[in-house]
Amino acid sequence: MTPAAARPDAPLLQARGVGKSYPGVRALAGVDFSLRRGEVAALVGENGAGKSTLMKVLAGVVQPDDGQILLDGRALRLAGPADALRAGIALIHQELSLCDNLTVAGALFLGAELRRGPFLRRQAMRSQAREWLQRVGLAVDPDKLVAGLAPGQKQLLEIARALRARARVLIMDEPTSSLTMVETARLHEVVRELRGEGVGVVYISHRLDEVKALADRAVGLRDGRNSGELPREAITHEALVDLMVGRQLATARRQPHAPGEVALRVDGVRTLAFPGAPVRFEVRRREIVGIAGLLGSGRSELLRALVGVDERLGGAVAVAGLPLAGGGPAAAARAGLVLLPEDRKAQGLVLGMNVRENLSLPTLRRRGWLVDGAYERDLARRTIGELGIAANSIEQVVGSLSGGNQQKVVLGKWLAATPKALLLDEPTRGVDVGARAEIYARLHALAAAGLAVVFVSSDLEEVLTLADRALVMRAGAIRAELAGDRLTEREVMLAATSMEAE
Amino acid sequence: MKKALGIGVLLLVVAAFTAWRSHDPETGRYVFLSAYNLENLLQRIGLFGVLGFAAAFVIVTGGIDLSIGAVVCVAGCVLPWLLRDRGCGGGAALVLTLLLCAGIGLWHGLLVAGLGLQPFVVTLCGLLLYRGWMRGFSDDQTMGFGDAAEGLRWLATGKLPLGESFGLPVPLLALAFIAVGTWVVWSRTVWGRHLFALGRNEEAARFAGVPTRRLTIAAYVACSLLAGFGGCLFVLDVNSAQASSFGSFYELYAIAGAVLGGVALRGGEGSVLGIVLGSALMQVLPNTIRLLFDSDRMEFAVVGGVILFGAIADQVVGRWASRRRRPA
Repeated sequence: MTPAAARPDAPLLQARGVGKSYPGVRALAGVDFSLRRGEVAALVGENGAGKSTLMKVLAGVVQPDDGQILLDGRALRLAGPADALRAGIALIHQELSLCDNLTVAGALFLGAELRRGPFLRRQAMRSQAREWLQRVGLAVDPDKLVAGLAPGQKQLLEIARALRARARVLIMDEPTSSLTMVETARLHEVVRELRGEGVGVVYISHRLDEVKALADRAVGLRDGRNSGELPREAITHEALVDLMVGRQLATARRQPHAPGEVALRVDGVRTLAFPGAPVRFEVRRREIVGIAGLLGSGRSELLRALVGVDERLGGAVAVAGLPLAGGGPAAAARAGLVLLPEDRKAQGLVLGMNVRENLSLPTLRRRGWLVDGAYERDLARRTIGELGIAANSIEQVVGSLSGGNQQKVVLGKWLAATPKALLLDEPTRGVDVGARAEIYARLHALAAAGLAVVFVSSDLEEVLTLADRALVMRAGAIRAELAGDRLTEREVMLAATSMEAE
Repeated sequence: MKKALGIGVLLLVVAAFTAWRSHDPETGRYVFLSAYNLENLLQRIGLFGVLGFAAAFVIVTGGIDLSIGAVVCVAGCVLPWLLRDRGCGGGAALVLTLLLCAGIGLWHGLLVAGLGLQPFVVTLCGLLLYRGWMRGFSDDQTMGFGDAAEGLRWLATGKLPLGESFGLPVPLLALAFIAVGTWVVWSRTVWGRHLFALGRNEEAARFAGVPTRRLTIAAYVACSLLAGFGGCLFVLDVNSAQASSFGSFYELYAIAGAVLGGVALRGGEGSVLGIVLGSALMQVLPNTIRLLFDSDRMEFAVVGGVILFGAIADQVVGRWASRRRRPA
């Protein structure tokens, strides 16, 4: 820090002309950003627009090539995240998580332990931890292991940790992407309280309803440059999308096609998670069915049991009239039932392999003992063209693609298996609006071509716009089936939460 | 802690079974429980337990050290050389040997944490390098103290008399000392807290301001230092070290003892009591085999079988428990 005195009228945090290049990519080009005390500034933009790079620059994780960061009007040099934390800038990173082998108190004080010489002052940390936890409304025992906390509790713990470090700037990256509605509401409450106390919050979210509800100002990024700002009263869904993509997206619900014969029949299937709740439903060809419900309502478990990734407790599954007897995902794929899993990086792709190898994985053909290279290359070229995958070549490593393009590779790899019914778990999680619209269009086209599509989503807007019909799950069972005029946000939420109200 | 309990039960069962089966009808005595056998066994537990702690320091960070046996060999060759050939005093020789071993650990740490090499590669090469170096250094001659270092050898062969016929081996006391020290460091100091945090999630620890590089290097230093101390004890015990075989495969006993005691190879997990019990089991099993079969031919097979059985039991019990916890 330079010795210049702080100016009280200066913004709390300011970035001036920040630029950052990675090999082959210009991630940020002269970006300006400012944050006032007691303000929630939402940072919006598509994936790859530079949001996360800007966030990392502000938090000292990466060093900018040019430009300046100022705190209270004084230039700041951040050599690492620990520097930023000392200066009062805390990053709450969705994927970073905590050391879950520590206790709550241990995690809260990690890196800034109260000590007496080399020894920990465990009692003092425990009692201070209680106070910090109380401030964010987290009622857990400081001696409890972090591994035993729910995702929302971990998020609140991270905020408590930031407060403990006397953070005046909180940078939150998709903090609610894995939270339940109740946890999300609690988190918003805490953010508003902090704002009232003068903390500045940089809030990054793909969920535009959240931005609308929380932000005092929205700052747009596009292709590594500023694309404009919206004051609180101008933040609308359309304006945000404009800011991000510079074009209007069609979000109106499509006109459902006349459904065909039954493609997927599920009769009395029970899962390990909810052995007491048999599930029964049908999906017809040309239909898109959304499965809504809160986190932990058994949606993912149901899809996993249908394709045989998880054990199925009783019940019957039939694809295009033919019963599916078990035999795991390979047998299901042969019968025409495939699943695009929730966690595409862990379950959907082999990140270190290239586009060609990933696309051909489930359908790989042999010529004698060897891989049929011609088939593989042909499949890869065709799929890249059809799905509009933005890859340099079929040899590009999948891990280096953006989230949306990775998801298209997962989609393409299963389409190669010519399925009759397509199951998707959170198809657009971590995917930006532009790529999201392309995936919707692709699913519409697939349904029109005769496929039955079933998807699970925690994004209500997605269920409302994409599905012809929605099934709402709670505690492992389907509690409501909604279509047409009855498919509204209110109805879905009522069915999903009515147990909590009871 | 739960793991330590499980391994403790297994240890008790094996010991009780061995004691029962070692009954000699002619003398009417239980050979396993004889003072001679117990003293020997406890001494070996002490010696190998030190190596178990060496391995644990590195495994807790999520790393591995395959060169422990080779470092034992270095200590086993250098300590006699300093004492007998260079005429060092006992204390000076011990300190110099330990400094050399700590230096090896520092070198490992710099390569792993500084340069980003894989611990497996660094220490596998170390395994070959140090043993080969010692063979050249000693000209493949057996190194020993002769009559020198009688005082120092008490560290390895001494016994504290307990009762008339039984003496507590000094290496076991050394192990107890190291175990208590490790427990204090791991559970009561900032250093230990950071070590476990770094082992489980290095990225998160670094973001929290933990000096992860320095800590990792320190862990490798602690490992080689303890391995070197173990090596000194081993050579003081037998009074002869042949570079081509001294300490060979000891890293496997060390790693197996630590892992058996619940130190997870993915890092960030482990208890002091577990390491002691795991290392003890690794010595009780060979003892069992020698007593019951009059030969050590089956040693590796039985040790391997029992560890595998333990791992299977752990997994099956864990699954069964998590199934029972599921909501109905």
